[in-house]
Amino acid sequence: MAIDPQTLEKHAVSRYSTGARVNHWITAISLILLALSGLALFHPWLFWLTALFGGGSSARALHPWIGVILFFSFAGLFFRFVSLNIWNRDDTEWMKNIGDVVKGREEKLPELGKYNAGQKLVFWGMSLLIVALISSGVVIWDKYFDHLTGVDQKRWAQLFHAWLAVGAITIWIVHVYAAIWVRGTIRAMTRGSVTAGWAFRHHRKWLREEAKKPADIAPKA
Amino acid sequence: MATAALEIVRQSATSGGVVGALAPKDDFQVVKLIDTSKCIGCKACQSACLEWNDLREDVGVNVGVYDNPHDLTENSWTLMRFTEWENAESGKLEWLIRKDGCMHCADPGCLKACPSPGAIVQYSNGIVDFNHDACIGCGYCIKGCPFNIPRISKANEKAYKCTLCVDRVSVGQGPACAKACPTHAISFGTTVEMKTLADQRIADLKSRGFRNAGLYNPPGVGGTHVMYVLHHNDQPEAYAGLPYNPRISPVVELWKGATKYAGFAIMGLAAIAGLVHHTVMGANRVSDRDETEGERIKEGGK
Repeated sequence: MAIDPQTLEKHAVSRYSTGARVNHWITAISLILLALSGLALFHPWLFWLTALFGGGSSARALHPWIGVILFFSFAGLFFRFVSLNIWNRDDTEWMKNIGDVVKGREEKLPELGKYNAGQKLVFWGMSLLIVALISSGVVIWDKYFDHLTGVDQKRWAQLFHAWLAVGAITIWIVHVYAAIWVRGTIRAMTRGSVTAGWAFRHHRKWLREEAKKPADIAPKA
Repeated sequence: MATAALEIVRQSATSGGVVGALAPKDDFQVVKLIDTSKCIGCKACQSACLEWNDLREDVGVNVGVYDNPHDLTENSWTLMRFTEWENAESGKLEWLIRKDGCMHCADPGCLKACPSPGAIVQYSNGIVDFNHDACIGCGYCIKGCPFNIPRISKANEKAYKCTLCVDRVSVGQGPACAKACPTHAISFGTTVEMKTLADQRIADLKSRGFRNAGLYNPPGVGGTHVMYVLHHNDQPEAYAGLPYNPRISPVVELWKGATKYAGFAIMGLAAIAGLVHHTVMGANRVSDRDETEGERIKEGGK
């Protein structure tokens, strides 16, 4: 017999503050717009995507500015979450049992804090790629920075930018898929809370820590 | 006649050929031949280019060299580049003057790099031209070009370069620069005609002691539709850095080649892996037992 929704909500555990969620969705929307406008210039098959941005010239002009928004928005997420994403022994153990992870056998895995090793890898992967993307992006933002580099540096920056973007989009696919596969995850970013069962199943150590806190304390990050 | 038809044979960001295009033929294609040994550096070609294309260049600043303006710009599609060159063999100072501008490569790096379908076209007579309605101003053509030719306009953020006077050529005229040249240093005609003329000039230069005189028609870009007669064809770099063996940068080839397909493959595989995993494993759901245990921990801590 299923537990009724009211009971679930009564015991829900707060996971993300409103600020963290707004920060996340600004980053998410920016990343999607960047992927669409970037892919439009990456391959002629997808050039039609420029129509979403008002044509080729506008897509080209808007893309770097969206990149600037993403960079600062992601920086916000980085400083919010960095202390929770430090690698620890449980993460190494988790990675060793990656087979059980993909099979969803979490009872065979160590109890975890707020983030598992996969989430931490997404965090660090995205952090590094975004720094590299904005750096290579500035080199090819000719309107403002043309005079700073020569054509050979721009050619390399262009090549790196494409590969880094492929990496970021691939990580994004993993991130979105994980949120879909692990049911009950998306509400953490839409409503800010998860059920106690979700926390118990996936992040039990974090649940134990949260349970120790006084009820009126607002969630960090 | 070389100028009879202007079918497009290739266009940017478009795979395969263009339907109905004629196969390029040597006697059908055009060449602008620039004989550096006959050039007196008068800049009539620059003026004619501005005049015919209705362009104006801002008044510049003299920095002590004859080059004026200092570089190609979105308005100056051709530029006389002056080099004071010490001939190591003879020990004499030579004044080398080269009319710089688009070389109209048979294998154009700009066209290969351009992401916008049809923004760069190559006509069956060999002329490479930019279509400004389709140009998005990304500057990829600059990265693709082995000769550092295209320039982005600050006014409308679109790329500009020599058109080889395609509008004149298509009605049977020669380019404005060739028309204006007072010493006939610039000639225009079919590839066959121009190569014949170049051979005569090179034979003449050799008879007058220029042992290394030759035709600059670099094979690394499939040959060009602007060719130079150089008195020192063994050292093209002496002419204000004309590349010895120009080719599309391997970095650009990698970016426009393998990267596109490998990139799609990686992103596509990630998405497919997700679909397969979900199909095989099903959703990772929280059980009622999890909820009961979770509640016990959460409320037990108080």
